Amino acid sequence: MSRKASEYRSHVKPIWCPGCGDYAVLNALTRAFASLELRNENIMVASGIGCSSRFPAFLKTYGIHGVHGRPLPLATGIKLGNPSLTVVAVGGDGDGFSIGGGHIPHAARRNIDLPYIVMDNNIYGMTKGQPSPTSPRGLQRKASPYGSQERPLNPILMTLAYGTTFVARAFSGQPKQMADIFRQALLHPGFAFVQVLSPCITFHNTYDHYREICRPLPEGHNAQDLQAAMTAALETETQYLGIFYRDDQQLPYSRRLQLLRDRAPKLTLETVLDRFRR
Amino acid sequence: MSNHDADPTVVIRFGGEGGQGTITLGDLFTRIAARLGLEVYSFRTYPAEIKGGQVTYQTRLGLQRVLSEGDEADVMVALNNRAWMECHEDLCARSAFIHEASLEMPPHCGRGYPIPAAQIARQHEWERGYNFVFLGALMWFFRWDLQLAEEVVRERMQRHPQSLEHNLNLMQAGYDYARDHYPEPFPHTLPQPESVEERLILSGADALALGALAAGCKFYAGYPITPATPVMESLAKYLPSFDGSLVQAEDEIAAINMAIGGSIAGLRSMTATSGPGLSLMIEAMGLASMTETPLVVLDVQRAGPSTGLPTKTSQGDLLIAMYGSHGAAPRFVLAPDSVKDCYYQMFNAFSLSEYFQMPVVVLCDQAMASRVETVPYPNDLWGEADDPFPWCRPLERQRPTTEALQGDYRRYRDTEEGISPMSEPGMPGGIYLAESLEHDEYGYPNQDPENHERMMAKRTRKMEVARKMLNTWKMSARRWGHRGASFGIIGWGSTRGAVREAMAMLEAQGILIEALYPHSLRPMPDKEVLDFLDTKKAILIPELNFTGQFRRVIEHHYYKDLDVRDIHVHQLTKEQGLPFKVREIYEAVLKMIAQEREQWVAEQGDLVSVYEAVERLEEGANES
Repeated sequence: MSRKASEYRSHVKPIWCPGCGDYAVLNALTRAFASLELRNENIMVASGIGCSSRFPAFLKTYGIHGVHGRPLPLATGIKLGNPSLTVVAVGGDGDGFSIGGGHIPHAARRNIDLPYIVMDNNIYGMTKGQPSPTSPRGLQRKASPYGSQERPLNPILMTLAYGTTFVARAFSGQPKQMADIFRQALLHPGFAFVQVLSPCITFHNTYDHYREICRPLPEGHNAQDLQAAMTAALETETQYLGIFYRDDQQLPYSRRLQLLRDRAPKLTLETVLDRFRR
Repeated sequence: MSNHDADPTVVIRFGGEGGQGTITLGDLFTRIAARLGLEVYSFRTYPAEIKGGQVTYQTRLGLQRVLSEGDEADVMVALNNRAWMECHEDLCARSAFIHEASLEMPPHCGRGYPIPAAQIARQHEWERGYNFVFLGALMWFFRWDLQLAEEVVRERMQRHPQSLEHNLNLMQAGYDYARDHYPEPFPHTLPQPESVEERLILSGADALALGALAAGCKFYAGYPITPATPVMESLAKYLPSFDGSLVQAEDEIAAINMAIGGSIAGLRSMTATSGPGLSLMIEAMGLASMTETPLVVLDVQRAGPSTGLPTKTSQGDLLIAMYGSHGAAPRFVLAPDSVKDCYYQMFNAFSLSEYFQMPVVVLCDQAMASRVETVPYPNDLWGEADDPFPWCRPLERQRPTTEALQGDYRRYRDTEEGISPMSEPGMPGGIYLAESLEHDEYGYPNQDPENHERMMAKRTRKMEVARKMLNTWKMSARRWGHRGASFGIIGWGSTRGAVREAMAMLEAQGILIEALYPHSLRPMPDKEVLDFLDTKKAILIPELNFTGQFRRVIEHHYYKDLDVRDIHVHQLTKEQGLPFKVREIYEAVLKMIAQEREQWVAEQGDLVSVYEAVERLEEGANES
C-alpha cells in the first residue's frame, strides 16, 4: 500500500472523549481511503450536527459540516455537482435517524452513489445524554427520568426495506472488519448504508454489551439474497456484523442523470427563446 | 375602451367553474391576440382545488405596451353565473356580456351576447369542448382571422391530438353561431396592428426559468409548491439540454441543502419555493451565508401566514426574505418588477451570488409568475458596455490562482472586500472545510471571541462592498415620472404596473408625481433612494401585505433622512390575495395629497397661534 491512513488526517485533534467509538471509525475510513489510494483532493465528506458530525474537520479532504440532519442532501448535491469525486456522508443516529430520518428512503430511492456512515451510539452525546431513536426502551436519562417510552428503530431492517443497494453493520470494537466494509462501501456503485455500532463512552457505554452480542453474519450468508438479509436484520438479540445485502447491478443516480443529459437534444438559449416567440 | 383613447386597450375577463376550461380559453385567446401583433398582459386567479371553485382569467390587449391587467372589464365572458356575481363591481353599462345562453343576465351590464355553447357542444357530441365554442365566438366578435386562431390552437394542443379536431370543430361552430346571430360591429375591438413587432410571449415563471438558463444555472433542486412549481417544470424540461440537472427533492430542506452541495462542487445552483418552503429553507440559507456558498433562492410569494391562500398573490415574505435568520446572515434580496424584469433579475441573482459567494433571494409573486405578457426579445442581455457596475454581466466566482493553491491557501482569507477566492473539490491544494461552526481562515472551527467578530465583519463587509457598487449601477432601481416632484411613490415588485398606470391617470389630471422601484432590496440602492427623497414632501408606499413590511423597511433604513427632510410616509396595504387595481393607487395618491394639504393648513394655523402667543408674551414683558 503506497498511501498511509495518516495522510488523510488533518492537524485538528478530535473533540471526542478518550475511548469514543468514533476514533475507530476515523481510523477505519482513512485506512479504506488509503487502501484505495484515493487522492485527498478528490474526496469530500459531508456531515450534520453532533459529536460524530465533527468528523470532516479531522480529515485532510474537502469537507462540509452542515446543519443538523442534512448530510445526505448535501452529499447528494456534491456528488451530482461533480460525480468524479468520492463523496461520503457521515453522522450520528440522532442526526440520521431522528431529525434527518426523512432523507434516507430518498437517498435509497435515488441510489445516489455514495456511502452513508452512521456512527450509532444509541444516545445524544453532544447534548449530554438524551435518548435517541436507537436507544433501548426504558433508558433513564435526565430527559427521560422515568425511562424512555419508545421502541428503538432497526436501522438495518429499515434501510433494507427502503431498497438500499448496500447495507452493512460494523462495530468500533472490530476496526479491521470495519475498514474492509468501508472499502467495499466506497467501491459500491450506488447508495451504501453502513451502521457502525460506535459506543459513547461517557453517556451510554455499550462496549461490553456489544462485544457480547455482536457476531459475524451466519456462515454462507448470501448478500444477494434480500430475504436472508432481512431475516438476519430481524435478529436483535444478536447483532450481526458484515455486509447484509449488496446489489451492484442498479444504475447509480449520478449516472442516470448523466444519461438524461447525454440523450437530451443540445439547445442554445437562442433556440429556447425562439420557442416563446409569439 | 379603457382609459384614454390615445392608448386604447380592451380588458376581457373570463369566469367559470374550475374544470370548465376557463384558463385554457383565456390563455388561448391571449396567445391568439399576441400572434396577431397586439400587446398582452394577463392575470389569473384560481382556487386551491383541482376541480371546482371559481376561476378568473383576465387579459388586457393594447397596441402599445400594456402596464397592468386593468380594473374594469370591457368584455365579460361568463361560463357560469358566479362569474359575473363575483365581479359585478367591475362591470358597467359599457361592458359587453358574452355568456352561456342558459344563464341569467347581470342587472347592470351593457349588451348581452348569449351563446348556447352547452347545446352546441352537445350537438357535436363533445361537451368537453364547451370553452372552444366561446373561443370561436370571440374570433367573430373581434373580427380576427380564424385560421390564425387555428394555427395557435394546433401549436398549443399538440399533446392532445384526439381532442384537437373536435375542439377546432367547436371553435368553428361558435364562430358561425356568433356570425349568424350578431352580424353588427362589436363595440370593443382593437385595430389589427400594421406591423408585428418582435416579441416573446412569456409568463413570469417562464421568464424566471429562462433567466436562470441565461445565467448558466446547471443545477436545480426543488420541491413542488404552488405557485413556484411552473419554474421547476420549465427547468426540468430544459436543464438536461444545457448540460444541467434537476432533482425533485423529498422536501424543501433537502432541496436547499442539495443546491448548496451542488454549488460547492462547482455548479451554478438554485432552488425555488413559496412561503412555507422559504420558512423551511431559512436555516440552510444561514449555512450558505456562513460557508460563503453561492446560492439562488427564488420565492414566488403567495398569501400567508401558514398555508394561507396557496393560489393567491401577496408580497408578505419581504421581511423573512431580508432578515429571516438566526444570528446575522448576510444575503441579497432582489425584486423583479415585471415579467421582463424576472428574466434580468434571475440573471443578476446568479451573478451576485457567484461573485460575492452569498445566498440571493429573488422575490416574485403568484400574480407575476402566472401572468402572461408580451415582452421584447432580450437582446440587450449583457447591459450597456459602459455600465461601470458589473451586474447585468455574467460574473464568475473568484477562483484561487495556481500560486495560491501551491502556497498557504486559505479558503476564507480575510481580504479587503471580504471576498476570498473559492477552490472547488478536486483542486489539489484547495482543500478546505465548509464549516457551519464559526471558523478560521482555513475553515477549521474556531471559537475565539476575536476570531468570531473578525469573521462576522469579513462576511458582512461583502454587503457593504455591494452597497457601494450598487450606487454606480444604473439599473439598481427603476425611477420614472416627474423628476423632483414633491409627492412620490416607493414600491417594489409586481405592483409597478398598476402604479405606472395610476400615474398616467394622475398626469392626465395635471398631478405630476414621481416613483421609485428598487430592484435590490438588500442592500438598498441608497444613492438613488436619497436622491429621490430629496425633493419629497410625502411618499406613498403601496404593497400587497397586511402590515406594511416595505414601509417599515424604508422607515427603519432611512429614518434619519425622512426626519431631516420632514417627509411624511403614507402607506397603502392590501392583503386580499389580489393585485392592486389602478384605481386603488390613484385614490391613495389623491388621499395622500389631500391629507398633506390639510396638515399643511393645520400646521400653518398652529404656527400662527404660536407666533401670536410669543408676541403676546413679548408684549407683556415689555409692558412690565
